[in-house]
Amino acid sequence: MKDLDVFVLVAVFQEMLGWLFWPLVILVVLGLVGFVGVIVRDRGIYARRFVIAELVGVAGGFFGIWLMLTITSSQLSDIGGPIDWVLMVVIWLAGAIGAAVVAYIGLAALDSTRRSPVAQRAPPLEAASRA
Amino acid sequence: MPSIAAVSRRGLMVSGISALGAAAFGLPRQAFSQVKTKARIVIAGAGAAGLAAAARLSDRLDGAQITLIDARKEHYYQPGFTLVAGGLKPAGYTISSTASHIPRGVTLIEETVAEFDPEGRKVKTSSGRSVEYDFLIVATGLHLDYAAIAGMDTSLIGSNGIGSVYAGPEFAAATWRELSRFADAGGVGLFGRPAIEMKCAGAPLKYTFIADDHLRRRGNRGRAELIYAANNNTLFGVPIVSEKVRMLFQDRGVKVVHDHVMTAIDPARRIATFRTPQGTRDIGYDFVNVIPPMRAPDAVRNSPLPWRDGPFAADGWLDVDRHTLRHRRYRNVFGVGDIAGVPKGKTAASVKWQVPVAVDHLVADIDGKVSTASYNGYTSCPLITRIGRAMLVEFDYDNNLVPSFPGVIAPLEELWVSWVMKEIALKPTYLAMLRGQA
Ligand SMILES: Cc1cc2nc3c(=O)[nH]c(=O)nc-3n(C[C@H](O)[C@H](O)[C@H](O)COP(=O)(O)OP(=O)(O)OC[C@H]3O[C@@H](n4cnc5c(N)ncnc54)[C@H](O)[C@@H]3O)c2cc1C
Repeated sequence: MKDLDVFVLVAVFQEMLGWLFWPLVILVVLGLVGFVGVIVRDRGIYARRFVIAELVGVAGGFFGIWLMLTITSSQLSDIGGPIDWVLMVVIWLAGAIGAAVVAYIGLAALDSTRRSPVAQRAPPLEAASRA
Repeated sequence: MPSIAAVSRRGLMVSGISALGAAAFGLPRQAFSQVKTKARIVIAGAGAAGLAAAARLSDRLDGAQITLIDARKEHYYQPGFTLVAGGLKPAGYTISSTASHIPRGVTLIEETVAEFDPEGRKVKTSSGRSVEYDFLIVATGLHLDYAAIAGMDTSLIGSNGIGSVYAGPEFAAATWRELSRFADAGGVGLFGRPAIEMKCAGAPLKYTFIADDHLRRRGNRGRAELIYAANNNTLFGVPIVSEKVRMLFQDRGVKVVHDHVMTAIDPARRIATFRTPQGTRDIGYDFVNVIPPMRAPDAVRNSPLPWRDGPFAADGWLDVDRHTLRHRRYRNVFGVGDIAGVPKGKTAASVKWQVPVAVDHLVADIDGKVSTASYNGYTSCPLITRIGRAMLVEFDYDNNLVPSFPGVIAPLEELWVSWVMKEIALKPTYLAMLRGQA
């Protein structure tokens, strides 16, 4: 492919997603900003939230693969070579990270509606892992 | 060989995020200074090549009077026909309106070019209107010559086991209905290709593989015989690909007959007649994918523009230099897309490589410069080998494989990733190409 640079990729993704392109870009940016924001606000990662988010992430990874196979009318047996496995792993990771981030932010939002503004400012109660 | 546009776009990157945003929003890329001109440019045909050329020209020229001429209100994303005829997409997947793709500032005349007059530097439209030009880009695509097969008519598509993927979106959908019926009932499935130049030479092969796959999925492969009637002694113009297809056909149990060119069809008796070196031969079928001979549209054939001798003369292909796409006799005329009289080519992928080269030469002419842009014959074909797998075959004039992702996506390997590209990335890339952005 000629001129395969950032611009071509952006143009192609724009055509692929149509009107969804910019909302999705904004969603991804908001997700990342929100995630970082929650961690900064809480001065660490809540272990309980993190474990649940990870579990959701595992499911999200498989959902991503299922979605891709469905959209492209294909099945697992169509995997033909190493690059196909790489693509599968990338799709799984994308689905997993996306779902985990959304889950973590969601749990944090749930927690803060349950707590008073004062409690929110307090450092994490559960063993805060900064590791 | 980076085109001017590519170089300046890379230069653009340093100017950062705002430039990225501007380009992504579809604003004209102003990084290279636009050439000011009053030139009148006529583009005959608003298909893949005509629209891509119009977009690139309006990006690079300031003040040019660009006119597209095409009577067809619907634009077809033709590579999607194979997916429609494979039962994977609805006909509408391939249809959009021509008007929706016209770049800002470009005029569309919704008529056909009836006459080309390169001496007088003008074209005449179907209503008799004369349009003068300083530069002409011929992008009329090609004519599907169904009448050249005795007894064949597009009205037959979708009945009596007759399919034809090429004829258009609705015909592709009708072809799927016939193929699906065949996949249930079994019998003889007959495939093949015309003898002369054709667009997307991989399409006849893909459809054979798709038919095989549907039969297998329905547990009916044992009840069917698949025959591929090749026009000569190969299966594909690029020898290394031809050999790979031979192996795959053997693996799938597709019977190959060589040197068979379809000359007639008898829909009532379900018999196709072929010209072979040993004389004519009839083959009965329960399903047939008819692919007609392809030639230049009459307006081009009857003009002074086609080759006058050599292999491209008989069917009226445009007499252009294979590296610059410039007409060899009329220097202010270019030919891009299927109409170009160059070896291979005739895919949307080659359009993507041809258009920037022709446009670069045209703009350089206006600017009083000399362009060094050159087209190497790049053509690509995601050769579907079953639903869910394809081979990303890319090659040039010299039959070299020129993979876009060497070492990552193997060209002669049946891969899911290549199928995924065909399924979800090809149409967006095509649409971005129409906007001059890919
Ligand atoms: C079944 C099938 C499968 C394909 N698969 C692939 C694939 O997998 N990959 C790939 O890259 N390519 C594929 N192609 C090929 C690709 O679609 C064409 O090569 C591409 O569309 C060529 O663009 P073009 O502009 O030259 O012609 P077109 O897109 O056909 O446009 C020509 C335009 O010119 C107009 N026109 C004709 N005569 C006149 C006239 N006298 N005056 C004014 N206008 C005129 C027509 O109305 C039309 O709008 C496939 C094609 C088919 C049919």
